[in-house]
Amino acid sequence: MKHVYGWLLLTPAAILLVGFTHYPAVATLADSFFSAGTALRPSRFVGFDNYAALADDPVFWQVLKNNFWFALGTIPTSIALALLMALWVNARLPGRALVRLSYFTPTVLPMIAVANLWLYFYTPQIGLLDKVTGLFGVPSHNWLGNPDTVMGCVIAMTIWKEAGFFMIFYLAALQSLPPELEEAARIEGASRGYFFWRVTFPLLMPTTLFVLVNATINSFKLVDHLFILTKGGPDNASNLLLYYVYQVAFSYLDTAYAATLTVVLLTLLAAFAVLQFRMIERRVHYR
Amino acid sequence: MTAVEKIAAWLLAILWVSPLLYAFWAAFHPPEFATTFEPLAPLTLANFEKAWGYAPFPRHFLNTVMLVTMILGAQLVLCTLAGFAFARFDFAGRDIAFALVLLQLMIMPEVLIVENYRTMARLGLVDTILGIGLPYMASAFGIFLLRQTFKTIPRELEEAARVEGCSWLGVLWRVYVPLARPTYLAYALVSVSYHWNNFLWPLVVTNSVNTRPLTVGLAIFGAPESGVDWSVISAGTLIAVAPLLVAFLLFQRQFMQSFMQAGIK
Repeated sequence: MKHVYGWLLLTPAAILLVGFTHYPAVATLADSFFSAGTALRPSRFVGFDNYAALADDPVFWQVLKNNFWFALGTIPTSIALALLMALWVNARLPGRALVRLSYFTPTVLPMIAVANLWLYFYTPQIGLLDKVTGLFGVPSHNWLGNPDTVMGCVIAMTIWKEAGFFMIFYLAALQSLPPELEEAARIEGASRGYFFWRVTFPLLMPTTLFVLVNATINSFKLVDHLFILTKGGPDNASNLLLYYVYQVAFSYLDTAYAATLTVVLLTLLAAFAVLQFRMIERRVHYR
Repeated sequence: MTAVEKIAAWLLAILWVSPLLYAFWAAFHPPEFATTFEPLAPLTLANFEKAWGYAPFPRHFLNTVMLVTMILGAQLVLCTLAGFAFARFDFAGRDIAFALVLLQLMIMPEVLIVENYRTMARLGLVDTILGIGLPYMASAFGIFLLRQTFKTIPRELEEAARVEGCSWLGVLWRVYVPLARPTYLAYALVSVSYHWNNFLWPLVVTNSVNTRPLTVGLAIFGAPESGVDWSVISAGTLIAVAPLLVAFLLFQRQFMQSFMQAGIK
């Protein structure tokens, strides 16, 4: 009976999960071996042709590289900031609730709204950034229109949006640390820096890894801001893999190639998934 | 904590809210003051009026509210049943099924836009609110969260209820659900803020005002080519985020605790 009941309870969720996660993942893989069908030419099996096209597509390599830099630019900084914020907000600080609120607020805003606000900072001449740099006599600069600065702009905005979110996880972890540790350290005369690097930081390792994996996944699925800020430009300098998938599928209407790109994205995400499962299994032991 | 650190913490806080404060400044002042900070600049609501006129905000609001409620309602039912199955039934294939569920934590529906769009087209659900919501209803995160919570509830309570003649569903409804109330609240807040803010999939699957949620409406409204001036964009953006922002400011403690709780599990 327990088998029947178990599966009965699971069935409604299972149908939707299979329908919108497992089936599309498998179908995407299958599609990547077929050509895009049109009304005149039905799709046919093309083997690895789509993958060959992928390897020859400079835009694909560009977005992959961009995604790498986007991840590298956002993840370490936002994690470090998040930890710093959590430490500050967890300590005795006048107006602590207000400070915590300020750090966390960007998290509840939609990325689209955030991009709307930041777009204006980056506008040449009238934007806030140009006004500030103008005070130091730096000439006006088209921040989002220049391939050299566009990624930096997008990264800065993403850090602003995400740091407060990660702070919450560190805060939760810090509050679960036994207070005796700090008392003992104080009695022993350990400096605050020593205590942080030798006790707090290692104890926060599971949180850091959890946040790290989540931040990595986020950096591959967070593309909303591109719709407002840059549309992937100029010349694909700020384009990311998922946004490129969207462009190929819904602007160029090449679903077969979009499927091939999605397979790359899925492979990357699956790799992170394996990493996370391993971590959960080992429960990340601290030394 | 040294004085320098306290000042640094405060400076960072000011830096962090400044984009939002700046949006407030621009939205409540006439456009000519949008980039000049004169403390005595006249206040106005004209930008809000204009923004309200440029986009069908009432319709977008209605769509978002319907979307968020529908998703949350379905999630609560589906995730409760599935979470209960994983927590308390030792059925064949459970561990594999659970691993397959967890897969959705990494491969979220927004990654599979191409194939899911095709599925929606086949089901005739393109440009419907149900079509936006359907892929999110069986949430792996919700199932996982409820499973963890249900597992902490002592079996004795359940057995007592069984002795009293409660059916399985009765036990779930009378024992497990009430005891998991904090988890439900935490999950509801996380889910609502996620779907209020979600953009890519709603953009892909909708193509008319009657179904577009706020985020999609805002993106069309704020696009640089729409030629709307900055003060009006600020006002429109504030209109779109206002309900969630106000709710957050009112219940900030609950919000942050919910995110924490959801993160620890």
